[in-house]
Amino acid sequence: MATVTLDNITKRFGRDEVIKGVSLDVADGEFIVIVGPSGCGKSTLLRMVAGLETITSGDLRIGGVRANDREPMDRDIAMVFQNYALYPHMSVAQNMGYGLKIAGLPRAEIAAKVADAARLLQLTELLDRKPRQLSGGQRQRVAMGRAIVRAPSVFLFDEPLSNLDAKLRVQMRLEIRELQAKLGITALYVTHDQVEAMTMADRMIVMNAGRAEQIGTPLDVYERPATLFAAQFIGSPSMNVVNAEGRDGALHLGEAALPNSTGHAGPVKLGLRPEHLRPDPEGPITMQVQLAEPLGANTLLHGRLATGDSFTASLPGVHTAGQGSGALRLSVAAEHMHLFDAHSGARLG
Amino acid sequence: MEKRVTFKGWLLPLCLIAPQVFISAVFFFYPAGQAIWQSLFIPDPFGLSSRFVGLGNFEYLLGDSYYRASFITTAIFSTLVTLAAMIPALFLAVMADRLVKSAGAYRTLLIWPYAVAPAVAGVLWLFMFNTRVGVVAWYLGQLGYDWNHVLNQNEAMGLVVVASAWGRISYNFLFFLAALQAVPRSIIEAAAIDGARFWRRFFTIVLPLLSPTTFFLLVVNIVYAFFETFGVIHTITSGGPQQATTILVYKVFSDGFVGQDLGSSAAQSVILLLVVGLLTVLQFKYIEKRVHY
Ligand SMILES: Nc1ncnc2c1ncn2[C@@H]1O[C@H](COP(=O)(O)OP(=O)(O)OP(=O)(O)O)[C@@H](O)[C@H]1O
Ligand SMILES: [Mg+2]
Repeated sequence: MATVTLDNITKRFGRDEVIKGVSLDVADGEFIVIVGPSGCGKSTLLRMVAGLETITSGDLRIGGVRANDREPMDRDIAMVFQNYALYPHMSVAQNMGYGLKIAGLPRAEIAAKVADAARLLQLTELLDRKPRQLSGGQRQRVAMGRAIVRAPSVFLFDEPLSNLDAKLRVQMRLEIRELQAKLGITALYVTHDQVEAMTMADRMIVMNAGRAEQIGTPLDVYERPATLFAAQFIGSPSMNVVNAEGRDGALHLGEAALPNSTGHAGPVKLGLRPEHLRPDPEGPITMQVQLAEPLGANTLLHGRLATGDSFTASLPGVHTAGQGSGALRLSVAAEHMHLFDAHSGARLG
Repeated sequence: MEKRVTFKGWLLPLCLIAPQVFISAVFFFYPAGQAIWQSLFIPDPFGLSSRFVGLGNFEYLLGDSYYRASFITTAIFSTLVTLAAMIPALFLAVMADRLVKSAGAYRTLLIWPYAVAPAVAGVLWLFMFNTRVGVVAWYLGQLGYDWNHVLNQNEAMGLVVVASAWGRISYNFLFFLAALQAVPRSIIEAAAIDGARFWRRFFTIVLPLLSPTTFFLLVVNIVYAFFETFGVIHTITSGGPQQATTILVYKVFSDGFVGQDLGSSAAQSVILLLVVGLLTVLQFKYIEKRVHY
């Protein structure tokens, strides 16, 4: 158990600056999810914490001690890889006990710890198998087991669930979270799946092109996205963003006028989450519905505004209004309107 | 359903395998048959006629202390050549694998010795170690070591082993390097995080994962040491001193072409054929079982 501190960490591969100064304070026992699109530098950031990549500049402290120049084995961490990286020539038990064996523990103690971890992960029956004789989900558990037997200070996960089917992913996501909470071990978890980020994180760090766009609790990020990027990345279906203009104390998008809570004048980007739109015969927003996707619990309506911007609304229940090519009027509560600077994308108000 | 091309009739399939059958027949079955046939005869001293002796040649060979000595020489020689060709190759490959830059240049440089024919390599090493004009022999002399592989049996063995193994290092290096680069990075990284330092990782993770390659190279190098080193031995020591470097293949040659005892020579090649066949079967049957996946 330990705190992890990243202080203005950067990473350069040759001339490419891949991580452009990320700072983060992870509390003891906290579960941090690093989320972002492919290629934004999530794995690179995690691998720098693991010691698998050198840190170009900035300080990394694990448990308060500077760890930049420590070898991976001296950082007291454990990592679960996307492809699990199990040792193919060793049995499940040997895979899990490898780290302990290297640490020089007596055989009996290794066997006991491996058995404990196996029980925790329901792997007891499989201890004598080779990795190639396991299913994807079982391999994932073995990789988890290998990480927990050593009782490290920090867990690092690099997209550990992305090779599993959707159902197993949901189940493992809960199990990982439970296990981490039970063991109280600080965790950094990389994913590109915003649902995983929302459901697992104590706090998440939304990354884009080597920068941390926002660091906060999932609800924070959902309710008050700090940037246009964070706003569109978190939430499903993703937030509608339309061009609007602040003028005469109101917010105009085409013909429509909405209340302007920030009082900002000039061109802005207005973000509206599909699930915050309400059908309202008097509503200021008029949408031409082109396609309806009934999902059972709710219905997604895709279409366009009069301004030409494409627009999506998510309405509860099976919704028939506007089916075909009808017009649908919508309204939105003032606290659900997100305004962003038209150029920088930074949140306004 | 199995997808498989099937031929109707037998003419086309026959034509397709004919070239291979023809080559095998001309270069393997015919000479092998000749050898087996000849091994049953003893020619007279002038080579004008020969007398059928059944298994007499074999009987004689098994009782011949020189022949048994040659067996032991061959075992020592091929073990040493295989080790000397594989261990440095593995070491170089491990070092080259650690390089990020200029690994390609090293690979290119290290492959050159393979382009040198064994007999030429033999001459090369012979010149370096020549007792009168060789650079290395002279240098050893300066250091107070009197190098003379013409008289000293161990030195002769050492020299032919080095000259034989030298070119093979390149070949083995390429295979080892390719195999090393095929080991998934994340497995190595996982081992590093598990606490294993470089050499520990090498012996517990990398080497086991290389075992299919190692096994393949083991077979190939032993067969090389048995057969293809003839040129090296012929140029450097001609089997001497006192038969110290007369391996089985060289004895086939020297008894048959120098000693003109074709019957014994043929019998020796038949035995060699059996030995190599047996070795290969043994290797595949027993060693392969211990090779991981
Ligand atoms: N060894 C390397 N040399 C050069 N560039 C690299 C190297 N590793 C990663 N990069 C670059 O760094 C950037 C970030 O890569 P990284 O693997 O961290 O992305 P990621 O966020 O994990 O993406 P994904 O979700 O696809 O795994 C990419 O543009 C990638 O091309
Ligand atoms: Mg990645």
